[in-house]
Amino acid sequence: MSVTVAMATRTLTLRNALAYRHAWWIFVTGFLEPVFYLFSIGVGVGRLIESFDVNGHPIPYAEFVAPGMLAASAMNGALLDSTFNMFFKLKYQKLYDQMLATPLTTTQVALGELTWSLLRSGVYAAAFLLVMWADGLVHSWLAVLALPAALLIGFTVGAVGMAFTSYMRSWQDFELVTLITMPMFLFSATFFPLSAYPGWLQGIVACTPLYRGVVLCRELTTGQVTLDSLVSVIYLVVLGAAGLAVVGRRLERLLLT
Amino acid sequence: MISARGLRKSFQQKGQEPFEAVRGIDVEVRRGEAFGFLGPNGAGKSSTMRMIAAVSPVSGGSLRILGLDPATDGSQIRGRIGVCPQEDSLDTELTVAENLYVYGRYFGIGRAEVRRRAAAQLEFVQLTERGGAKVEDLSGGMKRRLTIARSMINDPEMVLLDEPTTGLDPQARHVLWDRLFRLKQQGVTLVITTHYMDEAEQLCDRLVVMDKGLIVAEGSPASLIAEYSTREVAEVRFGIGENESSAGAVESAVGRRAERVEVLPDRLLIYAADGEAAVAAVHDAGLQPVATLVRRSSLEDVFLRLTGRTLVD
Repeated sequence: MSVTVAMATRTLTLRNALAYRHAWWIFVTGFLEPVFYLFSIGVGVGRLIESFDVNGHPIPYAEFVAPGMLAASAMNGALLDSTFNMFFKLKYQKLYDQMLATPLTTTQVALGELTWSLLRSGVYAAAFLLVMWADGLVHSWLAVLALPAALLIGFTVGAVGMAFTSYMRSWQDFELVTLITMPMFLFSATFFPLSAYPGWLQGIVACTPLYRGVVLCRELTTGQVTLDSLVSVIYLVVLGAAGLAVVGRRLERLLLT
Repeated sequence: MISARGLRKSFQQKGQEPFEAVRGIDVEVRRGEAFGFLGPNGAGKSSTMRMIAAVSPVSGGSLRILGLDPATDGSQIRGRIGVCPQEDSLDTELTVAENLYVYGRYFGIGRAEVRRRAAAQLEFVQLTERGGAKVEDLSGGMKRRLTIARSMINDPEMVLLDEPTTGLDPQARHVLWDRLFRLKQQGVTLVITTHYMDEAEQLCDRLVVMDKGLIVAEGSPASLIAEYSTREVAEVRFGIGENESSAGAVESAVGRRAERVEVLPDRLLIYAADGEAAVAAVHDAGLQPVATLVRRSSLEDVFLRLTGRTLVD
């Protein structure tokens, strides 16, 4: 009996869906955070801001913040399962030991878990897009493409998150996750443009995954697509693939000893 | 089913010599047999089991499982065997029935078929009524039974059981042994590790005794007892701290009635064909032990003879 990648992924997804059936509300809280930011900062603070330029076009401030929060919600969707939850499964629940006693391989387990992160990202992003649309913050049909863009963000964040998690020794190490994601959330041109930074800092921020995601989502929802989007797509694909390769190798080193 | 030649396992340790858990063992397990690995903690049993389960690369020697090489056909081997690990690695986020269903799906078994098998297995381990229960709410014995049911979901040709009854109360152990007997009757090959002598005597057709990564004896429980022990054992206990000092007197008292006398911290063991006669000789010599007991020889005695220490440490 051999198990294909597709079968393995389907089963792992089923397993995660069954596990979450009893805790669906955790799903909701993770989604609400960026929504609250959108209304508090984007809409609330936005009332105090007269006009705002993106690529030389004036747009309302809320329309600037919204795609940033869309990218952030995609990140949130992938983050929880790929970090805290994966660590729990790996170290405490010994879930992967259980899976690897079956024909499943480490690569299949990694892909299956990543798919779940991706799905969660997709659900968050789709719901967020609906909120944006209902609030009149979407002005281009290109915004439909923001959904695959959000999935791409989920893929990268999920893969890199899992790679990080495979090196974690205890729950204390997860402070690092907060230490990395919190500033990314606040400073990746989510609430103000990159031009607010001095030149050298702009270069650094432009290299963070969330910034690439924000740029991609913003260009799609405002309908002003530039070459920057292509750079973002390539960057996110490469980083995610690297993360996935690390995860596969690490699971092998940790579990098949 | 299993063929190992000079099988070794060593673990790299930072800044130290690699730790050798298994130092070259030869094992042959035949189809339909119940085979045991016996030994104290750290003897290399679990390391051996993990290699057989194709989840731990072999460090040296050769290993064939079901005629396949675990280094290249690991996935295929795992698909045809069942594993019941030392710690129940059940999925605590799923219900009892879901545990079996999802686990079966990991093997690529079709939906309807896995549902049918899950129901049959729940029946077999007497957990049908608990199908919808959370795993956390099960007792230790029930969790073990569920783990055994899970290891059977792929209709395995061989089941590996790593210390199946450790930590269970006597009643739960007997229920479990009964289920394992039935599996054996169905023709499933069982490979069991244990450090309980009674368990090995109950379940195993053939076993090897491992110590410090090596096999020190091999045979059926009865043949091992016949070879390494006497028919009976008389246990005599003197006051605290007096056991060792009384050993010489006991030895001369029993004389040729006993094969040998073993000194343990809390008692002396007299190995003799006739235990009662040996005890009588001790009393006749004017020695006054605080307690005596005559029993049949067990694998525990074999182990003591082979390794010079008791098993449960």
